[in-house]
Amino acid sequence: MPEPVLRLERLRKSFGSLIVTDDVTLDVVRGEMHAIIGPNGAGKTTLINQISGLMAPDDGSILFAGVDVTRLPPETRALRGLARSFQITSILPGFPVLENVALAVQARAGSSLRFIGRAADEAALNLPAMAALEQTGIADRARVRAGELSHGEKRALELAIALAMQPTLLLLDEPMAGIGGEETERLVELLLRLKGQLTMILVEHDMAAVFTLADRISVLVGGRLLITGLPDEVRADPEVVTAYLGEQME
Amino acid sequence: MTGAAALAAAGRSGLLRPRRDIVLPAAIFLIFALLPPFASLLAEQYLVDLATRVMIFAVAALALDLLVGYGGLVSFGHAAFVGLGAYAVGILSAQGIDDALISLPVAIAVAMLFAFVTGTVCLRTKGVYFIMITLAFGQMIYFVATSLAPYGGDNGLTIAARNTVAGLALLKSDRAFYYVTLLCLLATYLFCRALVASRFGRVLRGAKENPARMVTIGFTVRSFQLVAYVIAGGLGGLSGFLLANSTEFVSPAFMSWQRSGELIVMVILGGVGTLDGAIVGAAAYLGAEEWLSGMIENWQVIFGPLLVLVVLFARGGLIGVCARLWRWFGHA
Amino acid sequence: MTGTLFLVQVLNGLQLGVLLFLIAAGLTLVFGVMNFINLAHGAQYMLGAYFAVAFYGVVGNFLAALVLALLAALAFGLLLEFLVFRHLYDRDHLDQVIATFGIILFLDHAVRAIWGAAPLTLPIPDVFTGSVMLIGGQLYPVWRLVIIGCGLAVAAGLYGLVTYTRIGMLVRAGATNARMVSALGINIKRLFMIVFGFGTMLAGFAGIMIAPIISVEPGMGDNILILALVVIVIGGIGSIRGAFVAALLIGLVDTLGRSFSIDILRLVMGPSPARMVGPAIASMLIYVLMAIVLYLRPAGLFPARGR
Repeated sequence: MPEPVLRLERLRKSFGSLIVTDDVTLDVVRGEMHAIIGPNGAGKTTLINQISGLMAPDDGSILFAGVDVTRLPPETRALRGLARSFQITSILPGFPVLENVALAVQARAGSSLRFIGRAADEAALNLPAMAALEQTGIADRARVRAGELSHGEKRALELAIALAMQPTLLLLDEPMAGIGGEETERLVELLLRLKGQLTMILVEHDMAAVFTLADRISVLVGGRLLITGLPDEVRADPEVVTAYLGEQME
Repeated sequence: MTGAAALAAAGRSGLLRPRRDIVLPAAIFLIFALLPPFASLLAEQYLVDLATRVMIFAVAALALDLLVGYGGLVSFGHAAFVGLGAYAVGILSAQGIDDALISLPVAIAVAMLFAFVTGTVCLRTKGVYFIMITLAFGQMIYFVATSLAPYGGDNGLTIAARNTVAGLALLKSDRAFYYVTLLCLLATYLFCRALVASRFGRVLRGAKENPARMVTIGFTVRSFQLVAYVIAGGLGGLSGFLLANSTEFVSPAFMSWQRSGELIVMVILGGVGTLDGAIVGAAAYLGAEEWLSGMIENWQVIFGPLLVLVVLFARGGLIGVCARLWRWFGHA
Repeated sequence: MTGTLFLVQVLNGLQLGVLLFLIAAGLTLVFGVMNFINLAHGAQYMLGAYFAVAFYGVVGNFLAALVLALLAALAFGLLLEFLVFRHLYDRDHLDQVIATFGIILFLDHAVRAIWGAAPLTLPIPDVFTGSVMLIGGQLYPVWRLVIIGCGLAVAAGLYGLVTYTRIGMLVRAGATNARMVSALGINIKRLFMIVFGFGTMLAGFAGIMIAPIISVEPGMGDNILILALVVIVIGGIGSIRGAFVAALLIGLVDTLGRSFSIDILRLVMGPSPARMVGPAIASMLIYVLMAIVLYLRPAGLFPARGR
């Protein structure tokens, strides 16, 4: 059986007496779109932070493409192909949209210790950046200051930055948050197109999107992994239904 | 639309570097270049001395603007690099070595080494802790200097004469020294401008805005900041070299925390994060000092509140104010 | 190095520590609760001393001068807060550093313009002049013991205030999360003013108490400010307890370091190099200490912030 792109083994994290990640073991296989869902406060973003390296787990290990990255800093993981988008938009608002993405290209182009030459004009960086912007549909906003984008456009930019990293694994932390209607549809379409080409972990509350996109779903409740399985299995599981009492599961 | 075509279209929409980006620095350097003959015309030699001093501090202020304005690193110990460069010249001279071809590289190297060692410690902290720890290291060097009894200690050290260059007394005449300093300032300015727009500069600027983003893209932010810190240190050393030669005297006061504070003031006064502002700020601060101290003995009584007013109301410093006036009059 | 000499220096260290605590307490509270770096805090200390000298010249009585000077220092501090500082709470640290630096420039030179540059003195109150005999026969000035006593009393009082009163609880809460306190409906502006005023009085009190034994001169607050900043960084910003521990630590390390550095170095090197290197090392000690603490605990020993 091919080795999983990501393997979490008995991951644990607590803040004082609050356990936010409770013995989580999870595999993500190549090419799959793996959704992680759970009620608010279940510890989904904390889990993403540990996978991307912004937070260190107390115990357990994280294997990325077979390599133990548990003690590696986030920048090293990024260069190995781990990209993420943030739940609360995290871009460089003072920079033009194109440069936001060009920086992601620059990171893996090596040789950033160049003190001469205008980086903003470098076609070698700008062309791949432009391609990522086109994929996410905001190429026409390339020269605009990123801070001036609409919320939906900013979410698209987040995604473009992640895509420009040519990732082996893409972590999407609530990409639909705060956008609606048409823009959500576009984002879902984009993710559908990327399915199969890219391995992705999708943390989301938008259940419609989750069930459209996900190959497998993991349910996180109170830091603990309740179940991992196919969408229909998860939908039918009584424990999951109880955990989501009051929330729509259509 | 293909990527290349989209790019070209965006470029056509007028993204060429705006012309007014060059007007101000060109004007500044032109004024500096023409000042000595102008001063002789008016028989006001002190203008040349003042302008030399402005240019020397402008070099240090440019370096500090790199750190503060573009890197988001508020260093309260920048005067230490200037002092180290100056003392390198002083100590070498006391030992009989007074050729600039040795003193200058040593001054810069010593400053860069200090920046490297202290930078690795300082950059582990951020925010106010960073400010404090840079202050602390500045103080450490200050106290080392005050205790250097063979080199004057608290009272400082007089240097016999300015450095020679390959044996030639090129720096002896004040006017020659002036133009050498101007050249150094120009070179520093051009280097900083290039650096800020370069790949390296972009990472530094990105880290200032959103370090978490930069890290998850794959940049080891701390390493870049350390390189910037060392570069700024080296430029501070250059400033120190010029200062020692200019005054033919070195003293621990060159690296007091008050001096570090003055350097920050120069950067903010001119307009932080503009590079031009560092030069303008140095001129404004030293000019005010010269002008006001001629009128009142305790001129800081006026300058202090002025500084407060600038912080409260003139965001973006003098350059910011001028830019706003320019826009305002442009639309009137 | 005799035992009594050591005892004397320990007492001196405690005296410096207690003084530093009085200054650092206000500084750390203001920083912790309002997130405001106030470099001008050292100038408040200086003003306390100058006000005391000025009022003594008028009333001729130390206690009266002390009370009047405290009130004047408080009034002046609140005036500064109203005119300048409260507009800076929302600004970034860089702006606060520049603005308060400007205030230092202003105050140092205003004082020089008004009172002149020559050092002034304040006589020790009659009842506290003279010295006491310590164990071992060494004499020690009574006034220094008074300073230590007052400082410890203030520290105890402050501790009680902060731990057991409602205001103290609000201050502690504010130091941990000011926005939350404000959201809970507490008049945050008034809390800030109280915190600020209190800190100002403490600094002024330190200045008044030290005035009889040092020269009161322009700029006397500058160097003590740096020490106080080191104290709050080591102690942990926003923490009174941290400020107390760090202040005593710094006071002792600095004093003992300066007194015995040459002797200690003589154990490993010759007398001449020791005499040269000793003072330099002694001056650097507290900064090295701060660098080590920040390296191991980047937020200080007792950080108050719960971010």
